[in-house]
Formats: sequence, structure tokens, C-alpha cells
Amino acid sequence: MILLSITENIHNWLFSVMPAEVASIVEMVLIAVVYLTVFAVAGLFLVLLERRVAAWFQLRIGPNRVGYQGLLQTMADAIKLLTKELVGTDRADKFLYNLAPYFVIITALMALAVIPFSQEFHAFDINIGIFFLIAISSIGVIGILLGGWSSNNKFAMIGAMRSGVQTISYELSVGLSLLTMVVITGTLQLSEIIEIQKSGWLIVQGHIPAVIAFMVFMISGTAETNRAPFDMVEAESELGAGFHTEYSGMKFAYFFLAEFINMFIIAAIAATVFFGGWLSPFGITESIPELGVFWFLIKTMVLVFLMMWFRWTFPRLRVDQLLTLEWKYLLPINLVNIVLMAVLVWLNLTIRL
Amino acid sequence: MSYFSDIYEGIKTLLTGMSVTGKYFITSRKGAITQQYPDNRETLKMFDRFRGEVIMPHNEDNEHRCTGCQKCEIACPNGTIEIIWDRGIDEETGKKKKKIDQFVYHLSMCTMCGLCIDVCPTDAIEWGQNFENSVYDRTTLTRVLNEPNSKLMPGVED
Repeated sequence: MILLSITENIHNWLFSVMPAEVASIVEMVLIAVVYLTVFAVAGLFLVLLERRVAAWFQLRIGPNRVGYQGLLQTMADAIKLLTKELVGTDRADKFLYNLAPYFVIITALMALAVIPFSQEFHAFDINIGIFFLIAISSIGVIGILLGGWSSNNKFAMIGAMRSGVQTISYELSVGLSLLTMVVITGTLQLSEIIEIQKSGWLIVQGHIPAVIAFMVFMISGTAETNRAPFDMVEAESELGAGFHTEYSGMKFAYFFLAEFINMFIIAAIAATVFFGGWLSPFGITESIPELGVFWFLIKTMVLVFLMMWFRWTFPRLRVDQLLTLEWKYLLPINLVNIVLMAVLVWLNLTIRL
Repeated sequence: MSYFSDIYEGIKTLLTGMSVTGKYFITSRKGAITQQYPDNRETLKMFDRFRGEVIMPHNEDNEHRCTGCQKCEIACPNGTIEIIWDRGIDEETGKKKKKIDQFVYHLSMCTMCGLCIDVCPTDAIEWGQNFENSVYDRTTLTRVLNEPNSKLMPGVED
């Protein structure tokens, strides 16, 4: 409520000092700045988290020198990258080469906009929320393809093509596993999906098919973000750094940050659709709506940790194994699962608390 | 019908792998392999097999076990060891006898191959575990391993 009253006050004050059109634009710019800040801070925090978690999985300690427990490490890295020279390649397609990082970053930001952080902190609540998310998350691959294509580098090219194959394949599973949940909710709007979960999180409401859908979503979501064990796109041991081999300095940092933000987005979608978003477990803090952000972030971080756990446990798949997993296993399972869910909803077998 | 058993096996093996790394994650705070080196300088003990440098141990009476046979000098592939020896009168028997004056060891040339230590018939030299060997002047890497006024431990030659 405090958050709401602050935003309300800013809104009223803006509309009182300037004409309505100007005030609307100023508001939009302010929100964009807030989201950019969230983007940068969350990205840097996730990079640090990844490094520490990776270290703990490998019985190391990880960066702990810059700031308390290494909290400023990624900040220092970002400043270092900002000051570095942007080295391009000869005969690269300069326009596309420079454009590619922004594609990746803008799609990540657009996806971030529709995610409900709490009841009030929700920039863009459209009625086709999930559809929008699925659509936007597949545009990100265009940035990767452009970056790989325009670099004039064979490693980058192979990496980008692999990314195309992978994303087009796994897009299906992401979409279908979310649609399985839409069968229960009957709506695509994210705020309404959370409203429905006040009578039990969807993973409880949909029990067996929901658990299957969640597993499929986590697997294909990991593949969507091009993270290990599906990091065919970067594959350090085969392709140098994959599609961003030729990028340096801040442009590289954009790709790097966008990768981590995408991981956050996948985890946030899973938290929203399967685990009730900003709802507290069993409604224990229903009277304090400010804690919504806290619960949302807790759930998202647990899922982010799960994805990091995948990354530091499983070996990388071959391309044919990758496609076998999608087309022979995940997709048929998903199609059966969606029918199962429909039957469940039809016979009213969902669990409602 | 291996399709479903494949899925079952796949999930089972993935969970097995995750449980292994999960155990590592939980115990990592206690069992971290990383040494936070300059901080734990006082307590850091290198393992016995570490090859840091060649040393010549002396006992409390300032006696070493080197007879000056020069086998190490011959064995060394890159001239790291230089033995400066002399003939002196042995106190007990009164005969002239070969003994070392200076056992010169050039750490800057040593490749830590260990041939000198393997070949030594009296175990006079062995591996030291010191690894902080960086210096500003490389002449300080040339060391004399026997202490001044040290002499051969009695009974080594028998």
C-alpha cells in the first residue's frame, strides 16, 4: 500500500504540473528508467550468484574479495567492461553487428515488463500476458542470429545457427507447457492467473499434469536461455565463445547480462504460473501486501538456483541428442499432457483449497 | 516399449547426478579445496610430496650427511648443483679425505626433476616444501645448502 501511495502521489503531482500528454510520456520514461535499473542490478546480482553457486558446487570459494563477500565484484567487472575498447572485425556487417546486442536486451526488457513483481509493481498488465511472453522470448534469438551472422566469424556463425535450431525447437515445449496451465486458468492475463491461485497454487491445483508441465517447462526454459546443459550456442570447448566471439567490452556485457536476465525471466514465469507469483504460501502474509515482492523474489530465486544446479551438474548435449530430446520426448509428452489436463478440468478433478 | 523405461532411467540418472552435486553444495563451506593463501600463511602446510626446492637437512650438532661424492652433480641434467670440495685431514684416522666445502644449488636453473635426490646414496638432500621463491634479484636464488662450519655426520660413510 505504501508503494501504491507513492506511485499514486507521483502520478497526481505529474498530472498537476504539466499537460496530460507530457505527463504520460514522463511517466513512461520514469518507468523505463526503473526497469533499466532493475535490469542492471538484477543482472549483476545474478552473475555474482552464479559464480558463487558454481564455486560451491565445485568445492571452491568463489569471488569474495571485492566488497563484503564479493558483493561488488560484478559491479567492478561492469566498470572494467565499460572502459574497454570495442573491437570489431574486418568486413563485418557493421550495422547489424552493432544492432544485435540491442535486440537481445530489448526483448529481455519487454518480457520483464509484463511480469508481476507484486500486486502493484506490474508495469504492463495486458490480457494476452502469457502469449506476449512466448512471442517476445522467441524474438531474442534474432539478436543472437544477427550477432553470429554479422560477425564474419565461422564460430559465431555456427553458434548462431545452433541457437536458431535450438530455440525454434524448444519454443514449442515452452508454449505448450504454459498452455497446459492456461487450460486450468482459462485466462492469459498474468494478474488473473495469480488471482485464480488464491485457491491453491496451480502446481497443486493441477497436480500430476501440472508437475509434468513444470518439469517440461524447466527443461525447455533452460534450453531457451541457452544455458548448460543446452549451451550449444556458446560451447566454449568447441566454438570459442559462440555467437559473441567477436564482441568485446560493453556489447559483450549486454549479451552476458541479457542471458542472465532471460534466466530470471524463465524462473519468474515459472514462479508466476506454477507457484503463485507474489502470493504467500497458505496466505500467511495476506494482510501485508508489501511482502508480495519478497515472496515473488524468493520463489524466483529458488527456481534460478535450480537452473544453476542443472548447469553445474549435467554435461552438454550433442546437437542430435538435443533434437531427440525435444521432438521425440518433450513434445509428445507435452501433447499427451495437455489432453490429460483438459480431461482433468472437464471432470473437475482439480484440487481447490 | 523401451520408450517409457528410457524416460524413467533418464530422470533417475539425472536426479542421481543432482544429488551428488547437491551434497557437494551443502558440504562446500567445510570442505572447500581453495586455500585463501596470503591470509592463511601461518597455518598453511604444504603436503609432503610437494617439490618446492632442494634442501640439505642438518642435525642439532650442525652435521649433514653429504660425503661429497658428486653423484648428484653428475645426475643433474642442467647443471643446477655445483659441489666445491676439498681434501682435508680426517680427525679420527688422520688420513686425507674428500669433503665438501660448499654445496652450491642454483634454484633458478632447477626443474624439480628430483634426479639428484633419487641418486644420493646417503640421503643427504631432500625436497623442501617452501614455494615462496620469488625474489627481486636472481643472484639470491643461488644458495649454499650446507651451513657454515658444518661437518659430515659420523657413521654415514660406513
